[in-house]
Amino acid sequence: MALSVNFVTDLQELFRYPFMQHALEAGTIVAVIAGIVGYFVVLRRSSFAAHALSHIGFAGAAGAVLFAVNPVYGLLLFTGVGGSAMAVLSPRAAHRDVHIGTVLAFMLGLGVLFISLYAGNSSQTYSILFGQILGISSSDVILTLAAGVIILAVVAVVYRPLLFSSLDEDVAEAKGMPTFLLGIVFMLLVAVATSIAVQVVGVLLIFSLMVTPAAISQQLAKRPRTAIMISVTIALLATWLGLSIAYYGPPYPVSFYITTLVFGFYLLVRFVYRRVRPLTAYRAALKET
Amino acid sequence: MNTITPEIVSARNLTAGYSNGTVWREASFTVNRGEFVAIIGPNGAGKTTLFRLILGLQQPLGGNIEIFNAEPRRGNPLIGYVPQRHGIDSETNIESLELVRLAFSGKNWGVSLSGRDREAALGAMKDVGAQDLAHRSLSVLSGGELQRIFLAEALVSGPELLLLDEPLSNLDLRHEKDLVQLVNSVVRSRNVTALLIAHNINPLLPFLDKVIFIANGKVATGKPEEVLTSESLTALYGVPVEVLHDSRGNVAIVGIEQHHGDE
Repeated sequence: MALSVNFVTDLQELFRYPFMQHALEAGTIVAVIAGIVGYFVVLRRSSFAAHALSHIGFAGAAGAVLFAVNPVYGLLLFTGVGGSAMAVLSPRAAHRDVHIGTVLAFMLGLGVLFISLYAGNSSQTYSILFGQILGISSSDVILTLAAGVIILAVVAVVYRPLLFSSLDEDVAEAKGMPTFLLGIVFMLLVAVATSIAVQVVGVLLIFSLMVTPAAISQQLAKRPRTAIMISVTIALLATWLGLSIAYYGPPYPVSFYITTLVFGFYLLVRFVYRRVRPLTAYRAALKET
Repeated sequence: MNTITPEIVSARNLTAGYSNGTVWREASFTVNRGEFVAIIGPNGAGKTTLFRLILGLQQPLGGNIEIFNAEPRRGNPLIGYVPQRHGIDSETNIESLELVRLAFSGKNWGVSLSGRDREAALGAMKDVGAQDLAHRSLSVLSGGELQRIFLAEALVSGPELLLLDEPLSNLDLRHEKDLVQLVNSVVRSRNVTALLIAHNINPLLPFLDKVIFIANGKVATGKPEEVLTSESLTALYGVPVEVLHDSRGNVAIVGIEQHHGDE
């Protein structure tokens, strides 16, 4: 596929094949959800828990493949149970890295067992680990959409309590807010978001959509709503650009492009923006004097 | 809930602890409306435990405690709480106004559409002289500035009892003095009651109505001049202790035989 000079034709071309349509639809939903849920993951400093959940999901997906079930269902089951267990056993998940690490290693081991028991080809395993956005079926898109709508609805309802308890858990608890329940809801949100995001970037690259865009946005904006919008925008841009480059450019894995683009944004903000910002502030201060 | 009587906190033979043991026992004291009270004692003496009892986050092991003449309950809107923070630090890039707004309306489900929380938050920030900090990120505020924000966060819902857990730790002498004066002016101007946990009683001494001294599993309460005496603290610690005064009225508590010096 070659790029023409006409942007509209290029865009139409992107949507020509169903596999690209599905990829763009599912990728868009996943980017929006990952950008939003990721904001809370970073704010609560639960990125390791999110990482672990994706590995727990790997065992579920591998198990589902073994029993010839759609891997997403295995992911949802394992991440749902694993996420709730983490929230119940260690309410302040960020502080229990060792326990989480122990469970995730075991789960990864379990995944390896399921894969070895599975006699089919290894491409399924590969796509669970690294994502296979171009292999998404129309029923996967519907499932992704349903999961996305549920996540959006739940976040809209719990937004303020979740934000406050993520930011200031002790005061939230003293105010009588259901911090324990919110912790479980949060982990379930991460579980569902992880399960659908695995289709796009795989369990090993989940950070690129669930953590990095939100981490970048929290450097750029100090108002939660603005930060969430930036986080979603970065995830969307990376997904769309990643798909387009894979389509028009060298046919390397889409998840490689997505992770590279996200990493590029990260470097830009980490090293360029941080240097430019003090300069801008300095110039503004000069103007005032 | 009766808020007309002067008793805000009253404890009778109160014993506190956890499933693995008692922290302190048999404490009886009252705190009245408009009083500024310091809770003093060594690390691990159970000062925060007293706050947890007042907040209804923990049940007493024995005795009885009443807050506003009722059993303590979680989520009492008459209490404003400033815990010792660990979650908010130099990584928390959130505007301070957002935190105070959430303290006002964070309990509500859904997304905020009215501007009421914003107005209330700006008002509370003005009351503590932090209006200039409203749009600055929590991550760049100094220790003293952060404590002002936390105080605004506690005051925003209009409480009648303030619980401040070690707000003076990590502050230099000047900011320590500023914050104590600020708390004192809040207590006097709003006629609220403040319980403040501290390690060093000296910056608080000129303003205090009462001291709750917790050490060695026991609790001594009274006016500062009653509690901070060699006799009273010797009885509390169970070892000979001497209270020394300097020319400016500062006190130092020293062990006479064992030289491991608690504060």
